[in-house]
Amino acid sequence: MTLAQTFRTGDTPLPNIIILTHKLTRAYDMGGEVVRALQGVSVQIHKNEYVAVMGPSGSGKSTLMNLIGCLDTPTSGEYWLNGQKVSDLDDDELARIRNKEIGFVFQTFNLLPRASALHNVELPLIYAGAGARERRARAARALERVGLGDRMEHRPNELSGGQRQRVAIARALVNDPSILLADEPTGNLDSTTSGEIMGVFRDLHRQGQTIVMVTHEHDIAAHAARVVTLRDGLIASDQLQAA
Amino acid sequence: MPVFEALRLALQTIRTQKLKSGFSLLGVFIGVASLIGAWSIVNGVNRYMTEKFAQTLFGVNTFQLRRRPMFTPNVPDSVWRAWARRPRIRFSDAEALTAGFTVPVVTAWQSSENNTVTYRDKTARDIELTAASERYFEIKNLRVAIGRAFTSQENRSGAAVAVLGDAVAQRLFVDRSPLDRSVRIAGTAYRVIGVVERQGSILGFPLDRFVVVPALSPAQNLVNPPGILDAFLVKAQSEPEMRLAMDQAEGIMRSRRHLRPRQDDNFALDTSEGVQRFWAGISRILVVVLPGVVLVSLVIGGIVIMNIMLMAVAERTREIGLRKSLGARRRDVLRQFLAESAAIATVGAAFGVVAGIGLTLLIGAASPLPASLSPVSIVLGVVMGAGVGVVAGVYPASRAARLDPIAALRQE
Repeated sequence: MTLAQTFRTGDTPLPNIIILTHKLTRAYDMGGEVVRALQGVSVQIHKNEYVAVMGPSGSGKSTLMNLIGCLDTPTSGEYWLNGQKVSDLDDDELARIRNKEIGFVFQTFNLLPRASALHNVELPLIYAGAGARERRARAARALERVGLGDRMEHRPNELSGGQRQRVAIARALVNDPSILLADEPTGNLDSTTSGEIMGVFRDLHRQGQTIVMVTHEHDIAAHAARVVTLRDGLIASDQLQAA
Repeated sequence: MPVFEALRLALQTIRTQKLKSGFSLLGVFIGVASLIGAWSIVNGVNRYMTEKFAQTLFGVNTFQLRRRPMFTPNVPDSVWRAWARRPRIRFSDAEALTAGFTVPVVTAWQSSENNTVTYRDKTARDIELTAASERYFEIKNLRVAIGRAFTSQENRSGAAVAVLGDAVAQRLFVDRSPLDRSVRIAGTAYRVIGVVERQGSILGFPLDRFVVVPALSPAQNLVNPPGILDAFLVKAQSEPEMRLAMDQAEGIMRSRRHLRPRQDDNFALDTSEGVQRFWAGISRILVVVLPGVVLVSLVIGGIVIMNIMLMAVAERTREIGLRKSLGARRRDVLRQFLAESAAIATVGAAFGVVAGIGLTLLIGAASPLPASLSPVSIVLGVVMGAGVGVVAGVYPASRAARLDPIAALRQE
């Protein structure tokens, strides 16, 4: 593990740092009362790290997840993703970053129910502007990567929970993102299937994928090489652990 | 997202939600169908008026001298009273005009009145009895199918001969030959010498319920006071010659009636243009009323589509959130929902076009109105339908595009 860069405002992250947040804060105005969900989070994640973000509810882990996923913009602080400062981009630029740099995996899979597995995986490529032929080929390859090469024309309701999450993982991978961002990826799965999905994550990590996973389950977090724990909008602990 | 993708997605949504989409395209469907149907009637009658009625029945390059114009929409009472005070057209006027024309023309006298024609125990009522001179058939394009028309000798001598309209022949003789039979008009016997080819009907009015007799036959007293004509018909060989003949007719009539230069004509020179002007007046009313009807149904259709689209946006909030998280920009989401509402409306318009064409064929087959499909109305219908879809989709689509992806993803 490389040592963390000493980062000051105005610096540029080192090239092997995929995610860098610097004194990131996020405050919400809840009907006159200001809620500080993040109070200055500075974290650096290197290429090919496998990080679990933990913390009790209300600790700010969802807020951090949304900021890292470029679904939200910080109140103050900096966020660098893959060498690009994204904390001050506008809506459309953030959409492009989400499309190119981030692969989301959700707790509830979020597949389009009326579309085949293949079409679900194609979605990010549509917004990337890829042609139909290229989309099909790349979506098929992504499905094969997660072991669903024989389920391409199935609809979500014809697949098991584990298979649905694999489709979602294939969708997250199809655009070769810098990070795979998983939000409670096993929250809707039984323990056997959870193990199966963790196996997929481990394989992807070995192939060089950077993974950030939000979870509240210790045995799931145990699969990651590094655990960042948040409490009250601040990092409470940041530990490496044996895989 | 390319437009093609958005369209494909829209059609897929319509396919999977047939009932909802069906209701939402109803308004546009009715609007477009009524537009095309009504347009077809106006268009059909227009063509009928200009081609068949004006050209064939009135006669090409033909004008009529009358006491007052034949077809006149919306004439005030005062004008009617003035017309009623005008002197009538006399035999002597017709003779003076015939002698005065320097351009080659064909002329005929005509006076008509409804009367009853009988043959033995059979009676044909409400028959148009026309006392005319022999060239009447030529000017009016009436072809004699059986027998012959009367000659100028028969006309001058006032022979008691008659040429029947097809419907009168059918009524009185069924399928026997009417030739040389004797029909009675107001007690006088007339020998049937011919039957005119069937004319059909115009706007539901039958054109075959007539009898033509020589202008100087005994029946002249049934149609007009002695020496009086309803109309003097003049047919020229070309349009400019007709204009010239009309000028000459006007000059001759003005001098016969001793009109001073500042006085208006106290007679009318009618052409088929007059008939067309009359029809144009009616069709203008239709053209004004029609867009109102169409507009109302399109506005209703638009409101329905807007509501359906707002529902769709609410139902698919999660999908919108997902698409945004996968990289859809505002304009991608906007385009998706605009395409969907435009597609719904266009499909509605397409069904409307089919129904409109069906309506046109039905009107043509089942009613006396001549309906003729206008390609312009089809194009206009589809364009307006799609336009309504786009306009109705703007608000729901912009709401969808502005959704916050985090909140949208969290929604159940």
